[in-house]
Amino acid sequence: MEQKMLGLIVNPVAGLGGSVGLKGSDGLAVEALRRGAVPQAENRAAKALEELLPLRDRITVCTGPGAMGENAARAMGFSCQVMEGAVSPVTTARDTRALARWLQALGADLILFAGGDGTARDICSAAREGSVFLGIPAGVKIHSPVYACSPSAAGRLAALYLEEKVSQVREEEVLDIDEEEYRREVISTRLYGYLPIPREKRLTQNRKCGTPPSEAACIASLAAKAADLMEPDVYYLIGAGTTTRAIMTELGLPNTLIGVDLVYNRKLVQNDVYGQQIISLIGDKPVKLMVTVTGGQGFLFGRGNQQLTADVLRRVGRENLLIFATKEKLFQLRGRPLLVDTGDTALDEALSGYYPVICSYQETVICRVCAI
Amino acid sequence: MNTMKRIDRSAKVRVGFHEAKWDEPIIYELSKPGERGILAPKAEKQVVQAVGDGVSVLPAALRRREAVNLPEISQNRVLRHYMRLSQETLGADVNIEIGQGTCTMKYSPKINEQLARGLFDLHPLQDPSTVQGIMEIFYQTDKYMQEISGMSRFTFQPGGGSQGLFTMASIVRAYMDSRGETRDEFITTIYSHPSDAAAPALKGYKIIYLQPNPENGLPDFEAFKAACTSRTAGFIQANPEDTGLFNGQIARFVDYAHQMGALCCYDQANGNAVLGVARAKEAGFDMCHFNLHKTFSTPHGCGGPACGATGVREGLEEFLPAPLIDFDGEKYVFNYAFENKEFGVHKVRSYYGVAPVVFKTYCWIRSMGPNGLYQVTKTAVLNNNYLFRKMLEIPGISAYYMDGKNQRVEQCRYTMEKIFQDTGVSTGDVQRRMMDFGMHYWTSHHPYFLPEPITLEPTESPSREDIDEYVNTLRYVFQECYDNPEYVKSAPHRSTTHQVDESVMDDPEKWATTWKVYLRKYK
Repeated sequence: MEQKMLGLIVNPVAGLGGSVGLKGSDGLAVEALRRGAVPQAENRAAKALEELLPLRDRITVCTGPGAMGENAARAMGFSCQVMEGAVSPVTTARDTRALARWLQALGADLILFAGGDGTARDICSAAREGSVFLGIPAGVKIHSPVYACSPSAAGRLAALYLEEKVSQVREEEVLDIDEEEYRREVISTRLYGYLPIPREKRLTQNRKCGTPPSEAACIASLAAKAADLMEPDVYYLIGAGTTTRAIMTELGLPNTLIGVDLVYNRKLVQNDVYGQQIISLIGDKPVKLMVTVTGGQGFLFGRGNQQLTADVLRRVGRENLLIFATKEKLFQLRGRPLLVDTGDTALDEALSGYYPVICSYQETVICRVCAI
Repeated sequence: MNTMKRIDRSAKVRVGFHEAKWDEPIIYELSKPGERGILAPKAEKQVVQAVGDGVSVLPAALRRREAVNLPEISQNRVLRHYMRLSQETLGADVNIEIGQGTCTMKYSPKINEQLARGLFDLHPLQDPSTVQGIMEIFYQTDKYMQEISGMSRFTFQPGGGSQGLFTMASIVRAYMDSRGETRDEFITTIYSHPSDAAAPALKGYKIIYLQPNPENGLPDFEAFKAACTSRTAGFIQANPEDTGLFNGQIARFVDYAHQMGALCCYDQANGNAVLGVARAKEAGFDMCHFNLHKTFSTPHGCGGPACGATGVREGLEEFLPAPLIDFDGEKYVFNYAFENKEFGVHKVRSYYGVAPVVFKTYCWIRSMGPNGLYQVTKTAVLNNNYLFRKMLEIPGISAYYMDGKNQRVEQCRYTMEKIFQDTGVSTGDVQRRMMDFGMHYWTSHHPYFLPEPITLEPTESPSREDIDEYVNTLRYVFQECYDNPEYVKSAPHRSTTHQVDESVMDDPEKWATTWKVYLRKYK
């Protein structure tokens, strides 16, 4: 194995809120420390690094100063390259993003980050194409499957990836819940984006099973189906997510990963369209909507695709709704219905019922859709 | 007189087990140029005069240009090689076969194997007058299958369960074609065997899956109505499904499918839950199939000789593959009447079925008798429900769909979700660890529908002590998950091959599916 560069980002304040009953630490680190919370993220990062000790001589850890990674890496005896500048004991999202950008500019082979859903969101907003990430779970909220099952699993998978025993990557959802709502006992996840992580099913949170290559093949085949289903002179709205992105890839069109795109006669009309804009663009032409299930809990509408407003969905009509999802994704729901939460009770009711969900070129699964 | 002390086997966990490990190379690596197993004598002069070297008389197009690549190895080394490999397997005859749920791994009486050896001298192309005995056995076994299922006629041509399913899908296609119907969809359920979807897909049908209701584990009738339309050609389902749940409403589903003009196929690969209890006919099915190597003990051979006996109701016989075997009042004859029909299945395989498998089925049915078959099902269901209670006593083990109305029939899919959440040990880890005790353990088809699944099926064969031993071993391993999780995760430790590095399994670039590919990629 040639010399590798491992990026390491520790969000020192991640996980602080949980132990003192704050349900998350976003914007509340100072309060958590005041309540006596003990930072854990560094220890968790060290647990992951422990698994990388056999490769110590062949790895340079590139990281942030002090608690952002340097302490943990040096304590384990790794040679380090540290970003210049000092950070305060209570770091912010800005520090995380700056470090992520620096590591990508350096060309790190893999970037490990210790934190929770909030940290993943920060990393996601700074991520550039071509970089590979992996989360060390250290936060209060871990809904995003970009995290490994445990800190040591993160270390083991990082070692496999750096040794090139695992060479493929998969994009996983970065989800977060609204902490304000969570503190009021309301769980409401939203999709914020995707991060590429090493593809290995045993060590990551996402235990969808089945072989990942077959899932990739399923996505490709349902994208081919979608393209074949497209009729001339009909507008097609393509929803958010990696599944529906494959449809745009199949058509050779640019895509908005967490937005809605409009297609007409296999040509792009506009990327990232929303609400009223959609209605004016399609005029009185027929329209169909291709969507997938997002947000980890089986949401069809209302999480991660708020661009599809109640007015848009009413204009489309339930008979023009085409749902795409791999079996792996559907099976995680174990027969529970797909959920709609458009904010319009009457529309939610109207959209409820049984739908065929396309899961590969020639296969569909009958799914019940119901209002939340 | 001395009385031997009776050993209580019920509490035994075989912690001292270790499987054989011979570190045996593959046979090509054992090959030594020039080494021979047989030195054939030179041909006599008259023979040489008649056929020359025996090869030149063959047309050039049929002759190999190069010598075939076979290992060169002596007889005793061949014997040693395969004996060693045979010791490195975990076969049905050495372990308590409860762990391979859905496979119906029952005991297959060795006397039937012995009797079947008498068939080895027969050839399917022999003149029928010389094989009347085995033809009679095919004919009689057909009659027994008719009685067991209520169907009107069976074919034994399909060489395995999936081919039986393929035959049913082919019958549906031929039937629809004969009526000029252009229906293009087939309905099945998520829990039915993957071949239930694969077979009609092979015949060009789109597949529509029904999911189980999260409460009772059975598909909802309303979902079925949403799926079943004038485009539906067929409905195919296993009942009970792999969860061990029996859909008591199945006749309603079948009736609705018939109203929509579709045909209904009953996957009875595993028929161990219904012998003498429920028949395809009474549920209204148009056809069904039995894996003779499962329910009928011929035995289940992991790719070995098998038979997916497929039967149809009255009126569909003409779509069966040819030949069928008839009795004309004096003798048994091959009936090729349906071989060249415009619409029919014609053939799914050569000849008329694997004779030793059909013969062993016949022996087994004759030795059991009608009441014996009923007792098989009763005992299998009793065994499973005993196992079910014992399993649910293990901390961390549960089963989904416990609505209180749904008794498990001949098998059950459990879950160790809680143990996984508590310890990080997965069902795949336990599967490997059970090999350290010389036992199988099956999870489920992929992708998993239930989390961390375990599928167990005792059949009628094991004694109560056997079941206790199996459960005690599982209990021991589940306790290990808490006490020493890393040890379970790194299992097996006492099997032939210790844990394989699975990390490359997900990467097709790393796969070597043949010896040649292995040499190219890794040597």
